[in-house]
Amino acid sequence: MNPVKFQPVIGLEIHVELKTKSKMFCQCSADYFGQKPNTIVCPVCLGLPGALPVPNRRAVEWTILIGQALNCRINQRSKFDRKHYFYPDLPKGYQISQYDEPIASRGWLKLKTQNSKLKTKEIEKKFRIHRVHLEEDTGKLIHKQGDTLIDFNRSGVPLVEIVTEPDFDNAEDVKAFLEELHTIIRYLGVSDANMEEGSMRLEPNISIKVESRKSKVESNDLPKYKVEVKNINSFRFVKQAIEYELERQQELLKKGETPIQETRGFDEKKVQTYSQRSKEQAHDYRYFPEPDIPPMEFSNEEIERIKKMLPVLPSSKYEQLRLQYKLNEPTSHHLTHNISNLKKFEGSVSLIQKDPDLMKIPNINQGTANIIINKTQNQNLSPSQIVDLTRATYLPKETNHSLLSEVINKVILNNPKAVEDYKNGKQNSIMFLIGQVMKQMKGKTDAMVVKKALENELT
Amino acid sequence: MQILGKSIADLQALIGSRKIKVKEVQQYFLKRVRKYNPTLNAFLTVQDQDEMSPINGVLAGIPFAVKDNFCTKGIRTTASSCVLDQFIPPYESTVTMRLLSAGATILGKTNMDAWAHGSSTETSDYGPTKNPWDLTRSPGGSSGGSAAAVSAYLTPAAIGSETAGSIRQPAAWTGVVGLKPSYGRVSRYGVIAMGSSFDCPGPLTLTVKDAAILLGVIAGKDPFDGTSSNIPTADYKTMLKAKKFLTIGIAKEYMEGMEESLKLKIEESLRIFQKLGHRIKTVSLLSPKYAISVYTIIQRAEVSSNLARYDGIRYGNDRTFFAAEAKRRTMLGAYTLSFGYYDAYYKKAQKVRTLIVEDFKRAFKDVDVIVAASTPISALKLGEFAKYPFFGELMDVLNEPAAIAGIPAISVPCGQDKNGLPVGLQIMGNYFDEATILNLAFQFEKETEFFGVIKKGIARYQD
Repeated sequence: MNPVKFQPVIGLEIHVELKTKSKMFCQCSADYFGQKPNTIVCPVCLGLPGALPVPNRRAVEWTILIGQALNCRINQRSKFDRKHYFYPDLPKGYQISQYDEPIASRGWLKLKTQNSKLKTKEIEKKFRIHRVHLEEDTGKLIHKQGDTLIDFNRSGVPLVEIVTEPDFDNAEDVKAFLEELHTIIRYLGVSDANMEEGSMRLEPNISIKVESRKSKVESNDLPKYKVEVKNINSFRFVKQAIEYELERQQELLKKGETPIQETRGFDEKKVQTYSQRSKEQAHDYRYFPEPDIPPMEFSNEEIERIKKMLPVLPSSKYEQLRLQYKLNEPTSHHLTHNISNLKKFEGSVSLIQKDPDLMKIPNINQGTANIIINKTQNQNLSPSQIVDLTRATYLPKETNHSLLSEVINKVILNNPKAVEDYKNGKQNSIMFLIGQVMKQMKGKTDAMVVKKALENELT
Repeated sequence: MQILGKSIADLQALIGSRKIKVKEVQQYFLKRVRKYNPTLNAFLTVQDQDEMSPINGVLAGIPFAVKDNFCTKGIRTTASSCVLDQFIPPYESTVTMRLLSAGATILGKTNMDAWAHGSSTETSDYGPTKNPWDLTRSPGGSSGGSAAAVSAYLTPAAIGSETAGSIRQPAAWTGVVGLKPSYGRVSRYGVIAMGSSFDCPGPLTLTVKDAAILLGVIAGKDPFDGTSSNIPTADYKTMLKAKKFLTIGIAKEYMEGMEESLKLKIEESLRIFQKLGHRIKTVSLLSPKYAISVYTIIQRAEVSSNLARYDGIRYGNDRTFFAAEAKRRTMLGAYTLSFGYYDAYYKKAQKVRTLIVEDFKRAFKDVDVIVAASTPISALKLGEFAKYPFFGELMDVLNEPAAIAGIPAISVPCGQDKNGLPVGLQIMGNYFDEATILNLAFQFEKETEFFGVIKKGIARYQD
């Protein structure tokens, strides 16, 4: 037998629910999560006889925006199609989706990833986006005591589907790509992209190409099968599912078998995929143009107008953090992908820039970022509180200790509520007490010292 | 006060001048429905309202019948299929909403071919409607119940819907006026979809003026229907008054295969148009036979999709309640949309559809309207339907081109054939130019009084 090489071929389908005010084709609220079943419905999203869909303009604009953020070509002509299949959560017997004329296509996303062989070196890779299209979400089945109930609240919520080319060859890259995509969606503000609530859903398509090592010519043909894994609700699970699948398929291929084309689910507890539906049951969706919705035309002006709505995207933000704020790579990466910390950082930096003393300190931005990342987790601190911490850390002051203990005793006496709260575990209330002490010390001490002294006093 | 045979315009005047009470009008028509509906089977559901709320608007107190494929809030709506036997819509269609807002009241829901699949009302799961002119004959369809109800004066007017011919053909066969507006002129919201890219609601009436009055109420952009048009509506009733002089096109392709006594009536009508000062011009149009193929493919595809929602999970009755015609159409439609067949059937049909649209556009550069018979033959005996699997398509051959192109057309009575049955003449107009076809039909009505056809129809059904 020839020595062979196994080449993983992985593509992704990502569904993102848009957080528009109303649903995709009717005026019902799109904010369905946690609502009483079947209370956010109307003739249109219930698919009642005679009801007609009218597209949500905002959802179309946001899909264009997502396409633009992913460097796609925005198609000047686009249309909706009907995709037919029978399932109890699909009230019309078809889903309004897009078939051959999606809103956006042929995009790409560049990522700095670890080379899987040379673990240390960070290299830039480009992953192609096949298409971005807009469709409607389905209802939800609830299985309860042997019965299946249907909740149509989610029916008709705008759903964007992003399809990549099969450009991935390892689970690590997939995870990095998805994190980047997730961040982009959050920057755009078009979706909560919350995987536990299902507003972002991930489906990798996984197969393995077998290459003879002797044949020098690499074949561009894709494997004759692919396995789609559904129902994955975290990036970590995607990675695990892909790793499991690659292993499983490789075992079969080694035995000379071809894995069957099928849809598999992912069991988070067993960290395994399992068979759900094989190709024999695969659907012929009988797509045809949705006659209830006229085709859409977008002028260049309109596409440009929407492009102007694009915010600074993660890749530019990363560059900005590296070059303008001189932050190191891990910190820049962290802040780029953690929007709440990024906001804290940007707020703090704008204050620091007004403070000549702090500006004299070398690498003060990096220092501030370190404080935010390491010391303020889970604390809802304002930028000025963070700057106080920065100042305390980097501009230590001589402290009159007898005066300090006098002031601390006074503050504890006058603020029994905050003291009580702190003793009951409300960590944040110490910040209030520190503030009170700092005020009475008229700045002639530093916050870290005060914090330490207060903690000693209160425990 | 003699009500028999009064048009909407007559009733508006009588109610407006308080010569007659709204309640009297209501009771009058309910009485007639009770008396004649057991014979005709035109109504599936009758709204027996004792209490009348005060009514304002241009149609104040005018009762109307509506085809059973229009969703009417709180009133059973079946589309004549047992699948929807128990369906009571929680919402109102735009057309009925606009009529109700104008003060009209719903007298009842009329029989039709199940799901509007057919041209004889015989595919109804609730039995066929009888043609008021001859109870052994079909009133046509699918809006057969609406047409028969107007013809026998069980209602002063009715709303029907046309996918291809379902207003004009039964209007012709029962000797009343039937208007199919342009596609997009009248909202489809709340009309149980048959062929979504063709479906057009429209009125069936005793006079052209009534058709203009009703169109004025129901036409116009609807935010709930993305295919409804922004093109402004006109004051159709007022526009009847100024007599237009027109160039009338006739196409020899539409005269082929027509029954001789009908042909004579159409030729007589053309002489009347000439006498009225219009110019007749021969035009050449694509043979209507192409329309049959295009229409069959696209409509079946849309049907197979539109009926998919009746999967047995909602609405009470499951898929076994579908009768043969719906099953046939669903299978054919699903087949033409299947992978590998789409390009050969659906896509090709759409291309030919574009050719038919272009063909009409070209013709309307030379003429203002095109005139033809509404149907190649007059009302057939009940039961004939079973002999032809594509019965509807054959009956509607002269109606399909306009339906495919989405242009407006009106059918008016133009005499009786050798058996004494009504014959219909249709006037097709350019896109959104309902005003012109109504104007010409109105001239024809004034000149001929439709050869007494409408009066003779009503006369068989005395109070």
